[in-house]
Amino acid sequence: MGDPDRAQERFDTLIDADARIEPSDWMPDDYRQTLIRQIAQHAHSEIIGMQPEGAWLTRAPSLRRKAILTAKVQDEAGHGMYLYGAAETLGVDRGELLDRLHTGRQKYSSIFNYPTPTWADVGAIGWLVDGAAIMNQVPLCRCSYGPYARAMVRICKEESFHQRQGFQIMLTLANGTPAQREMAQGALDRWWWPALMMFGPPDAESVHGGQSMRWGIKRFGNDELRQKFVDATVPQAELLGLTVPDPDLRYDAGTGHWVSGPIDWDEFWRVVKGDGPCNAERIATRTTAHADGEWVRAAATAYAAKRLGDEQSDTARHDPFGDAA
Amino acid sequence: MWEVFVRAKRGVSHVHTGTVHAPDAELALQHARDLFTRRSEGVSVWVVRSTDITASNPDDRESLFDPALDKTFRHPTDFELPDEVANM
Repeated sequence: MGDPDRAQERFDTLIDADARIEPSDWMPDDYRQTLIRQIAQHAHSEIIGMQPEGAWLTRAPSLRRKAILTAKVQDEAGHGMYLYGAAETLGVDRGELLDRLHTGRQKYSSIFNYPTPTWADVGAIGWLVDGAAIMNQVPLCRCSYGPYARAMVRICKEESFHQRQGFQIMLTLANGTPAQREMAQGALDRWWWPALMMFGPPDAESVHGGQSMRWGIKRFGNDELRQKFVDATVPQAELLGLTVPDPDLRYDAGTGHWVSGPIDWDEFWRVVKGDGPCNAERIATRTTAHADGEWVRAAATAYAAKRLGDEQSDTARHDPFGDAA
Repeated sequence: MWEVFVRAKRGVSHVHTGTVHAPDAELALQHARDLFTRRSEGVSVWVVRSTDITASNPDDRESLFDPALDKTFRHPTDFELPDEVANM
């Protein structure tokens, strides 16, 4: 675009009008880089997020549960693909993004660095982790960047099945034998606080929050969304007959909100910085899977090249003068 | 890279839904099917190499599309008729 001031002005006008920015539009470099970082991290989270639940695919308690879990894990892979596709519209290569994930230069959601020791953890992930993800993601359907917003619309439609299947697993266990109830309670104890941390640090400490709000990438603050999640989830725990592991949790009749106790942000930062229970394992599994798939990618590329070669020599044989083109 | 277009049901057009990576059209079609039609979202899929699409230049937006703005007479609502002419 010829005049940079005019380009910036046009961008600002679109943002102010709450219109969408599309890949061919001029955009400030900071906006582009912020989106690449956020969409890539989101994509990485979906891909790494296949692992904690994938661990239970071979041990699901029934064929139906196994089919459901397979479909869910496949959805997570699909979400990763939608998001890498959206990131690529900003001029970055998918291979480069995967490389950044594998070498630790880009992060994924810390929630996936926690283990899934029991089947109830699969239920708790669907109920709490996917529930928190939905709270975070629904506003992204109105994100100012068109391809990201469109990917999120598809993702949100699919996440709703994920949360409901998780809650149903919890419901079955909570109404089961004492051992099953205990298993469900244990999973809630393990996932409650990490789920609250998924909304990110308090707004006062959030580094990118303000600018992202002005750009229409982010629509609500971290604390506001976290509160929304607590308000929605506490009654669900009551319905299950399970206890939320927060001794300070109380209902404030004046505001109509559930007030939770303090979050251990030291733990959050420890896990973000690499010292969670499964950080090393997750990356090792991912890089091994990528390396193990190399021969498949190479074979498919070689086959495509060979077929293209065959087609061209066929054309040459049947059409020696090149008229058919 | 391939652009994917899906026809949701008979009677409507194929609509752009996203992109897939694949070395050839056949695999692109399979990936597109796996990625975009897991919940009966389509009855037909097209894939087109991204580099085969020619798009209008955003810099030309004004010269291409703005001339339509002052030709409101192309729309039926531009013509005020007496109320007696009920259905036209």
